[in-house]
Amino acid sequence: MSNVKKRLFKEKVAKVCMQLAGITITGSLFFIVGTILYKGAPYLTWEMISETPKGGFYIGKDGGILNAILGSLYLATVSTALATAIGVPISIYLNVYVKAGSFLERFSKLLFDVLFGIPSIVYGAIAFSLMVWMGIRASLLGGIITITLLTIPIVVRTIDELLKTVPVDLKNITFSLGATRWETAKMFLRYIKPGIFTAILLAFGRAIGDVAGVLLTTGFSDNLPKYIDEPSATLPLAIFFQLSSPIPEVQGRAYASALILTFIILIIVICTHLLASRQQKHKI
Amino acid sequence: MNWRLIKDKLVERSFSLLLFSSLIVIALILTGLIVKSVPLIQAEHLGKILTESVWSPLKGSFGFLPFIMGTIWVTLISLIIAVPLCVLASVYLVEYAGDALRSMVLPLVNVLAAIPPVLYGVWGVLFVVPLLGQFVGPLFGVETTGYTVFAGGVVLAVMIFPIMISIMVEVLQTIPQELKNASLSLGATKWETVTKVILIKAKPGLLAAVVLGISRAFGETVAVLMVCGNIPQIPKSFFDAGYPLPALIANNFGEMMSIPLYDSALMFAALLLFVIIFGFNLLSRIILNKLEAKAS
Amino acid sequence: MHASTSIQTAETQDLINLSTPHIQIKDLNVTIEGKRILKDINLSIPNNSITSIIGPSGCGKTTLLKTLNRLVDDTKGVEITGSVLVNGEDIYAKDAEVTHIRKKMGLLSQKPFPLPMSIFDNIAYGPRIHGERNKEVLKQIVERQLRNVGLWEEVKDRLESSASRLSIGQQQRLCLARGLAVQPEIILGDESTSALDPISTQTIENLLVELKKDYTIVLVTHILRQARRVSDHIIFVYAGEVVEFGRTEDVLLNPQNEITKQYVKGFIS
Repeated sequence: MSNVKKRLFKEKVAKVCMQLAGITITGSLFFIVGTILYKGAPYLTWEMISETPKGGFYIGKDGGILNAILGSLYLATVSTALATAIGVPISIYLNVYVKAGSFLERFSKLLFDVLFGIPSIVYGAIAFSLMVWMGIRASLLGGIITITLLTIPIVVRTIDELLKTVPVDLKNITFSLGATRWETAKMFLRYIKPGIFTAILLAFGRAIGDVAGVLLTTGFSDNLPKYIDEPSATLPLAIFFQLSSPIPEVQGRAYASALILTFIILIIVICTHLLASRQQKHKI
Repeated sequence: MNWRLIKDKLVERSFSLLLFSSLIVIALILTGLIVKSVPLIQAEHLGKILTESVWSPLKGSFGFLPFIMGTIWVTLISLIIAVPLCVLASVYLVEYAGDALRSMVLPLVNVLAAIPPVLYGVWGVLFVVPLLGQFVGPLFGVETTGYTVFAGGVVLAVMIFPIMISIMVEVLQTIPQELKNASLSLGATKWETVTKVILIKAKPGLLAAVVLGISRAFGETVAVLMVCGNIPQIPKSFFDAGYPLPALIANNFGEMMSIPLYDSALMFAALLLFVIIFGFNLLSRIILNKLEAKAS
Repeated sequence: MHASTSIQTAETQDLINLSTPHIQIKDLNVTIEGKRILKDINLSIPNNSITSIIGPSGCGKTTLLKTLNRLVDDTKGVEITGSVLVNGEDIYAKDAEVTHIRKKMGLLSQKPFPLPMSIFDNIAYGPRIHGERNKEVLKQIVERQLRNVGLWEEVKDRLESSASRLSIGQQQRLCLARGLAVQPEIILGDESTSALDPISTQTIENLLVELKKDYTIVLVTHILRQARRVSDHIIFVYAGEVVEFGRTEDVLLNPQNEITKQYVKGFIS
């Protein structure tokens, strides 16, 4: 019966390989967060999050990255709000108003699907050219436009997926009660409400962490963001610039900045999970 | 006139306006990219740009080959690492793991997806680069700083885990239990059923997942930029530095305006990226849509 | 209403006593997620005959079938006590090897599930898994089994084409051929004709009647007429217990138990 023994042995080996693969993948998450925590914690001080860079900050003197923290928060919030305000209506229009299966529906959905996959550097390059052509200098406004453009496909696609979860019967019942399409849409929105919050949070997370989009369009500044047509600092860029310094003190602060960004992201992820579990409760 | 109907019409008009405006904007963007790239294509032959390997804008020579090769190297390495790991892990999650394990691991994988690329870059610089430079390189008898395409590939691999695993798990979950029963009741072991039946049936979906992973890897800019060395040469080995296409755009936009044709070149790079990724995304979406239709 | 004793007719008892039964079930209890699906099953399945398991939906008949080739192992939250002896060996013994057991049983499920490969590879799958590599031998096996199920003439020119291109009736015959290729001793059928049209159903039924010369066959069916047509013995399962077990005519036309009487009421042969 050595044939059977050989086959069972193969299965045992395969099982071990699979478990190793799984451990590697999940482990990498902990590894990444852990490394940043380990390297960044020593440099995380109150000054870092409460002060702007003072003279010589990048060569090791005092200050913090409040400019970058606020800049990123401001940018991400405005962009996400705009992208939601544009993206949700587009998705509703495509799913409730446009005839399912029509050319417009399939074409638009495919287009947004593909736009979802276009890297932010391309958006950044385009926005940069546009800004050069229009004579706008690198500023918060440029960053907002870029990140908004980048985020719209994300919102559209996520809402698309959410609307797919609405049971077909619900749509039919509502229509047969004589509701208009807009009233039906409002009901769908209510059904997927927790999902919408999740989508917004995820879009926010993407907006705040993006480097390539802001690199070319937002510039950098040591001041707190005040006017929309001025350059502004952003967290990812702050990390980037500090990291390329040869001075260990500054590099350490880069890790601390990365830690701050990680915290923000983890908060977003936890909120997303809490919301997702609430959605499960009300599912039909 | 019914107020409700008016509202409905109003909404319809305004929402459709948004849709069509965005479609127009996208068309304008694409046109803009093409228009901006034209000067370069007019100055040099399209074929020459794509195959020339000297990149020296000051001298007016714009060979894109090193960047194309750099992107290919980094993407290939990431695939070699990520695809087997993802397939194995997905099979384990769907076929062998208990519910508890599955419900713990999948959210963790999604968290990986939420981590901003710049943090992957930091991790790459902190860990992967020194590891390569101080341990792995010498192991192979190679002298390297660690800033290599290999480092880029490793970082990219971790970045594409989430998207590949989530699709692969979904695909594997659609395989009907009776098909597996048919194989099991012939006396096959579970692993034999996996390799000879399940993976074969799931092949199109798994392929779509890989294609999506490729397009993600192609376009990733920052993380790779931080660890790959940024030397415009064609990589000849894992331990060579490279210079992928996105990094080219990111690093040089500052000098764009001062050197003739440089801005056109960078726009061309962006256009190239756009087209390639567009193509890959399109392909995988078509495959996935076809599968979804077949399943329902 | 409880049936605490199962009734076996005298004739069936005689048949069982004649030879060592292929399948003997002793004190089998199956619980799934805390709910008792099968209670205290004690049965011997007669050799070289067709035994049908009948009963209302949810009574446990499919679970009973699945315990025979241990496919029930994969069900979530399942607990099994008792033993199932095949040729005297308990397949639920601690060191029992599952693939070996399953090889002895051929399963024909409700919907035909051809494997994602060619017609030839479908039938050769089993033998290949169990070690047969010789191309000539495989060719012979494929031809023999296809002839057995009456498919040979229809498909001999397209053995390399995909099995999913066959009609549903052909696919079910293919699955039967595939199961026979591993040389089982026992054939299990789980409502194996309910997805088929009347003509394909008849073909499969005729095949099974042919095959009982060489195999012991256990079928689950909810169609009493089919049970009457093909089986020699009938097991009536109700609420997870065996209520009545005997020759087809006896159980269907002259049931002893009240519940059986209710179930087969109105059945006119």
